[in-house]
Amino acid sequence: MNEKFIYLDHNATTPADLRVIEAMRPYFNELYGNPLSLYKFASKSREAVELAREKVAKLLNAEPNEIIFTSGGTEANNVAIKGVAHANLTAVRQVKKRGNHIITSKIEHPAVLKPCKWLESQGFKVTYISVDKYGVIDLDELRDAITDKTILISIMHANNEVGTIEPIEEISRLAKEHNVYFHTDAVQTVGKTSTNVDELGVDLLSLSGHKFYGPKGVGALYIRRGTKLVPFVHGGGHERNLRAGTHNVPGIVGLGKACEIAELEREEAKKLKRLRDKLYQGIMDKIPEVIFPGHPENRLAGTLSICVKYVEGESMLINLDFEGIAVSSGSACASGSLEPSHVLLAMGIPREVAHSSLRFSLGRDNTDEDIDKVLTVFPNIVKKLRKISPFGKHR
Amino acid sequence: MALEYTDKVIEHFRNPRNVGVIENPDGIGKVTSPICGDIMELYIKVKDNIIVDAKFQTFGCAAAVASSSILTEIIIGKPVKEALKITNKRIVKALGGLPKEKLHCSVLAEDGVKSAIEDYLRKAKRR
Repeated sequence: MNEKFIYLDHNATTPADLRVIEAMRPYFNELYGNPLSLYKFASKSREAVELAREKVAKLLNAEPNEIIFTSGGTEANNVAIKGVAHANLTAVRQVKKRGNHIITSKIEHPAVLKPCKWLESQGFKVTYISVDKYGVIDLDELRDAITDKTILISIMHANNEVGTIEPIEEISRLAKEHNVYFHTDAVQTVGKTSTNVDELGVDLLSLSGHKFYGPKGVGALYIRRGTKLVPFVHGGGHERNLRAGTHNVPGIVGLGKACEIAELEREEAKKLKRLRDKLYQGIMDKIPEVIFPGHPENRLAGTLSICVKYVEGESMLINLDFEGIAVSSGSACASGSLEPSHVLLAMGIPREVAHSSLRFSLGRDNTDEDIDKVLTVFPNIVKKLRKISPFGKHR
Repeated sequence: MALEYTDKVIEHFRNPRNVGVIENPDGIGKVTSPICGDIMELYIKVKDNIIVDAKFQTFGCAAAVASSSILTEIIIGKPVKEALKITNKRIVKALGGLPKEKLHCSVLAEDGVKSAIEDYLRKAKRR
């Protein structure tokens, strides 16, 4: 294994940028004060947190006081969804609208689906909107689902498995027309594509540091001024009482730095798209009977989802791993839940085809050589596995 | 999900034994895992009540392929009656263990051999 390790799973996580790590370093044991302490020493930590808040806000075109820090994307989603839901149960004044109905989609990340499922167990009603074959939300179904009891729509900005970008602007217009809060899980888009909250028209937006070269264990929730939430983690008065717990100062500083770097690297999407398209073209040319789920154009630049018919996904993943190439799969065998990807199934892909899924997600450090290597070894892996497959002999 | 496969599993997955199809087999087993949808086809050749050859094709993960592969090694040379008694536990043991969430892959191999032998016995009766 002296070959170069090729990492093609950036939708799962990314390496922290060295500039991020450098920015974080002093806040572990030099400037370690608690931002809420009153002496001068601690004010350095407080200033660092507030500077990071400004950087996050700038990337989203928001105000700093509209950003709260969380432990990551999952927590941001929980704060947003449960926060709006519970504001409807409690005596919060000026809540936008009273009701018990939430609308989301069938292709959300579990970090949205599971809070919604849990709220169903607490008496809320949830509608799960369908998607078309490209993974795009059915806007007509969404429009028809809105009732006078609807309090929240939560639709992801881009899907983590297939990369399809959802029509957020259209959804936010619908939400506004009906006076409903709109939350988007933008964990896959922040730092990769434009996430201007005014252009998107969202009230709440979740993001996660480690998806765009920041540290793990830190994220943020954008909360448009005036949006009524009740807190989800109770304790000290941190983050405007919305998220108690001593600030993860190094993490927050790292997140701020990652946002700053993302603004500098806006051209990166072009490179990722070129490499991704090269990979797509190469697979098209070299491997028969492959399908490519995901929207052909409105898709994250670095994401390529494929289903290689007659071959199970995990078996491809492990063979690529032998070659030092890291990817992921939505196959039932790879999921741990023994169910093929709910995203692919919602897109109308048959179970046995979803069982053959593989996701390549490219990032900053990938090169042409990386793609060349994949295109050299991957067709042979497929050929070998198709020989083992009972479907193989019919062709 | 992190992969915790034994060297034996990896070795059988990388170099599976007895892959393929037997022309004019004495028994065929075609089974699908109700758990994950993996599919196994097993072909056997029987002479004087002894399995003299076995070949398989499997659509599945590393655990399913390795279970199929080691199963063929176990059954070749065995009397039909004995092969019928092979359980998934035997397969797991031969592989040096399987991750808990992959145990059903060894059940697929057990089902495969049972199904192939049942097919053989049905055909043998008709003769």
